[in-house]
Amino acid sequence: MTLIVDVEDRRGAFSLNAQFTAEAGVTALFGRSGSGKTTLMRMIAGLDRPARGRIQLDGETLLDTERGRCVPVHKRRFGYVFQEPRLFPHLSVARNLDYGAWFQRGRSGRGTRKTILDLLGIEHLLNRQPATLSGGEKQRVAIGRALLSSPRLLLMDEPLAALDEARKQEILPYIERLRDEMGIPIVYVSHSVAEVARLADRVVVVDQGRIAAIGPAADILSRAEIAVAHDRREAGALLEGVVRAYDGKQGLATVGFGSAELLVPGIDFEIGKPVRLHVPARDVMLATRPPEGISALNIVAGDIRAVTRGPDGMLDVDLACGDAHLVARITALSGERLSLAPGQSVFAILKTVALQR
Amino acid sequence: MPFDLFSLSDEERTAIGLSLKVAGIAMLASLPPGLLIAMLLARGRFWGKSLLNGIVHLPLILPPVVTGYLLLILFGRRGVIGAFLAETFGIVFSFRWTGAALACAVMGFPLLVRSIRLSIEAVDAKLEEAAGTLGAARPFVFLTVTLPLILPGIIAGMILSFAKAMGEFGATITFVSNIPGETQTLSAAIYTFTQVPGGDEGAMRLVLISIVISMAALMASEGLAHLIGRRISAQ
Repeated sequence: MTLIVDVEDRRGAFSLNAQFTAEAGVTALFGRSGSGKTTLMRMIAGLDRPARGRIQLDGETLLDTERGRCVPVHKRRFGYVFQEPRLFPHLSVARNLDYGAWFQRGRSGRGTRKTILDLLGIEHLLNRQPATLSGGEKQRVAIGRALLSSPRLLLMDEPLAALDEARKQEILPYIERLRDEMGIPIVYVSHSVAEVARLADRVVVVDQGRIAAIGPAADILSRAEIAVAHDRREAGALLEGVVRAYDGKQGLATVGFGSAELLVPGIDFEIGKPVRLHVPARDVMLATRPPEGISALNIVAGDIRAVTRGPDGMLDVDLACGDAHLVARITALSGERLSLAPGQSVFAILKTVALQR
Repeated sequence: MPFDLFSLSDEERTAIGLSLKVAGIAMLASLPPGLLIAMLLARGRFWGKSLLNGIVHLPLILPPVVTGYLLLILFGRRGVIGAFLAETFGIVFSFRWTGAALACAVMGFPLLVRSIRLSIEAVDAKLEEAAGTLGAARPFVFLTVTLPLILPGIIAGMILSFAKAMGEFGATITFVSNIPGETQTLSAAIYTFTQVPGGDEGAMRLVLISIVISMAALMASEGLAHLIGRRISAQ
């Protein structure tokens, strides 16, 4: 799957000029609110039309303003999950789910109705009316409805933004399963580093209507300047590892990141399963000697690669811990007291609770 | 002869039957154009939209006699549209019950359009967008999403249009006169009774029937709207 997007538009003071491609897997459009992510999504779906542009999916032209070609929304077969569930209030959950399938009769979708219902855990809701569902249930039905219309590509526009933290945690595992089990390409819009870190394979950073950076998730999310372009408080490192052991009694998994190992709290771990972990820089402490008598379970030895001063006076310390890369944010005063310098060996202390997914 | 409220004369029965027929036809015939114009006014963006809105609402603010006279000029035997319709399709309005239905339809039209328009404006366009992304073309979106959601508004509009037609007097009598059996509706019959000595009894009977019909229509619409509303936002 290759989606090629090249669009240009101007709306009042906001100008959009973006070129990027999305491949199979999850591509995240990442950036602050108002950067143009949703506009881009709406153009891909065919809900909005750019002044100039070209959009192609696997060689099929969906939009070409120069040749006056524009495939209408309903013929693009792109599933769209909006911020709000947008369920039809006059139809039952079952009828909402089957709405799209009705227009795609004869086309074989990805997975049967049963597998999709099981995957999203919505089978018991079929006879209910949308008004009686909770926010999280509504959004799961909305995702199911989009999937059942046998889309070629799933567009998810901040599907968790309207939900509280608990509901987000309820839905995230379902989206992960979608990515891992359905094999459907997903373009995912978000302004949350944690969400993007957990879900995306590739990240496209959007800033003021322009593409600021593009690349594999681990590379992009670890780059400090991206965090500056976004929200400094959320900056950190992205680690990709494998579950090596799981202690069900303590609810702790041992996740290996190359030579380093971290204990990660959580419940849905399977041994051998790949795990992505976003470690916020502000949750990492540094010590020059191995600390003792401390509650933190994760203490990793590493070498300082670089120390950069942020615009707010804080120091971002880049660490190489074996094959893994970590960032610690400390005050300039701490930096002076420990006289940190590149090449120095230090111990990074990670509060285990902060790693909870 | 004793005062009898419950035995109707043939003439009265004819007037009641005619009124129901005229009001029913007026309501049904004005529904398709009413829906279309309500859609245009609610969603369309075109030059002359406020002019169209003004024309639709004109019968509501003009004296009914003026509307009836305009209909006479336009749809009478020698009227611009009336002559054309009579020659081409053989449809004659003047001094026929069809003319009464036309006058009633025109008078009820603003009420019908207004009610439907408000309900269309209350429909969340985001739902229609979602239907589009699920593969539904515009006409299907209208049939499967918009129409079911505006049904309560359509029913309310139809009842208003029907009630207006049942009570319409001025435009009808100006346009098609007051011919028993052809254009003499309930209102016109009551008016006739009040003009003749000893007509009080007949007038009273028709007045009571008029009240019953109006109340029944109102309650039917309330009941239907309640049923549909409950289905849409079922608890």
